[in-house]
Amino acid sequence: MGGRPVIETALHGLWYGFHVAFGPPYLLGFFPENLTWCFVGVLVGNMVGVLPGMGPLATISILLPLTFGMKAVPAILMLAGILYGGQYGGAICSVLLNLPCHPPHAVTCLDGYPMTKQGRGGVALGVTVFASFVGASWGITEMIFLSPLLVRAALQFGPAEVCTLMLLGLLAGSTLARGSPLKGVAMTLLGLFLGSVGTDLETGSERFTFGMTELDDGVELIALALGLFGIAEFMSSVNQLAPINMAYTNVRLRDMRPTRADMKRAVFPMCRGTIIGSLCSLIPGTGPTIASFVAYAAEKKASKTPERFGTGMLEGVVCPETATHSSIQGDFIPTMSLGIPGDAVMALLLGALMIQGIVPGPQLISQHPDIFWGLVASFWIGNVILVVLNVPLIGLWCKMLAIPYRFLYPSAMFFVCIGVYAANNDFFQVGEVVVLGSLGYILLRLGFHPAPVVLGFVLGPRFEENFRRAMLISRGDFGVFVERPISAFFVGLCALLIGSQIYFRLRGAKGAPMPGAGHGEASPPISPQMAPQRIPATPAE
Amino acid sequence: MQPSTSLLRDFVRKRDFYAGGLMILLGLGIALKGATYRLGSPMHMGPGFFPTALGVLLVLIGIAIAAPAFASSTQGEQQNESILPEHPEWWAWFCILMSPVLFILFGRYFGMAPGTFACVFIAALGDRQGTWKSTFILSTVVTVFGVLLFSYFLQVPMPILTWGGGL
Repeated sequence: MGGRPVIETALHGLWYGFHVAFGPPYLLGFFPENLTWCFVGVLVGNMVGVLPGMGPLATISILLPLTFGMKAVPAILMLAGILYGGQYGGAICSVLLNLPCHPPHAVTCLDGYPMTKQGRGGVALGVTVFASFVGASWGITEMIFLSPLLVRAALQFGPAEVCTLMLLGLLAGSTLARGSPLKGVAMTLLGLFLGSVGTDLETGSERFTFGMTELDDGVELIALALGLFGIAEFMSSVNQLAPINMAYTNVRLRDMRPTRADMKRAVFPMCRGTIIGSLCSLIPGTGPTIASFVAYAAEKKASKTPERFGTGMLEGVVCPETATHSSIQGDFIPTMSLGIPGDAVMALLLGALMIQGIVPGPQLISQHPDIFWGLVASFWIGNVILVVLNVPLIGLWCKMLAIPYRFLYPSAMFFVCIGVYAANNDFFQVGEVVVLGSLGYILLRLGFHPAPVVLGFVLGPRFEENFRRAMLISRGDFGVFVERPISAFFVGLCALLIGSQIYFRLRGAKGAPMPGAGHGEASPPISPQMAPQRIPATPAE
Repeated sequence: MQPSTSLLRDFVRKRDFYAGGLMILLGLGIALKGATYRLGSPMHMGPGFFPTALGVLLVLIGIAIAAPAFASSTQGEQQNESILPEHPEWWAWFCILMSPVLFILFGRYFGMAPGTFACVFIAALGDRQGTWKSTFILSTVVTVFGVLLFSYFLQVPMPILTWGGGL
């Protein structure tokens, strides 16, 4: 169990990964296929990341159908590229336009936009890009070393352990994410239910199909994702987007070069952000949004001049952005090594793999090393591409913002329709999108966040299968989940999670409303559930 | 709806009341339908066991969500808890939801190109700033581009133009 074999496997794997990324087959006899799609992914992600009203979730769901014809490795490299490429784009949007396009970047606005107004927006972005790269690199390193260890542990798991671990993931994903924990749990249950629609795996009997043979294979993941994150989003954004202030978008390369003093100021926030992000990624369910809010709060606390935060402090931009990137890369660890996604984006990526016929779980790394190590290598390559690209392309992306939403969402509607159709070459699933989209919008209006639905949906069938198997082995004794030590540990964590939620709820209800109640350690300036996902039209006054 | 009792009026404004109520209804539906499948024993679970359990849990959570709406109904309404946004966009919502419906109808009976055109056209009508001309141009551009990409490049098996639908 010494350290050497771990390092050796890691380095060996990494070498293999670069081989996969740069290796054959070559498109047009020259471009390595895997790398090309990774490039396409980060480019699209970076571009869309700047656009308001189009989050990475919507983008990944819209482009998911395009990957059906692709092989598994390039497909996953591209989809993952959209995710982390979008994070670089989101920073641009926050700093230069004061638009929190995507929740993780909402705090970046607080100090980023004042810097822009002072004419230092370019510097903020320049330092952020560099810091993001450092944060991401740390996340990737973590993935390389931790994943094989996790796999080694997970291979010992029986159905009871898998089941309770999934329960922990689901609980964390629904209670720690944005919004009310109770509503999160409700959404997870809804997702689990939607996952159970169709033919029962063990008995072959049909459930909740209401005689529709099209539902035998269950609800289509793409229809669910596009309904909840596409149509529901368009419905809440249409005619609601305010015109964008483009006054500060002319950033030249020259403006982005930070001074030595800037770099010095950024070093410690960068390190703190990296650590906070990687810690957050280790707790299932706490995605980049929580990481960036915690990072901002921590940075404010660590600063000698906390009162100056909000007036354009470089630290307030660098720390949360680094945390976001470090946590995003770290989120891939449980997803790829245990098959348990921490949030909806990861659930979608896992769903994309399942569509390709790949079974997620601890055996993934050994059975499909090209996917895992190719992904790891592509992260690094993709991040380098982004650092290089981001600098000259910022101006171009900002011009994209001039495209009005009235052109954007109808075109996206077409992609939604044709994408869902292409999943099975069947119009029935397009109808599913309408139903799920309206349901999604109603849920949004009622204060639910639909992200845990996808989490529950993707994990549901495997959760039920393992639950049944565990109960079969234990001869119907529910005690099996607390008798086995590892499983009992997970159950204990679940109980702790629920207990702390109840505790914070009671405390929050009693006296003064506690900032960040239900989110544990942080007291973020804007609590994550308030982080605007879209930009409400400013009232004409 | 009878707005005679002020208590009722209070409830109706409460977002959480509806949220919880919807979950209770969904949960009841799932549990009742799930119970019609074989439940089985904990050792040999039937297909109905898991969904029924989910439904029951959803009802409980729904009650927990709705309960505070009852409890605090006497206190003032500082927050705007209306379930409709400030400016409801019924027409735009209708257009967006009709877009896939038209895609299905036109796609099935006339092919991919008319389906695409109809789908983009109706969706674009939902935006207040759009004009007929810009909507028409946008739909045409997306149709040409979409057919090229999906029919020629990605080989989605759907006729570009057809009559009456042979699908």
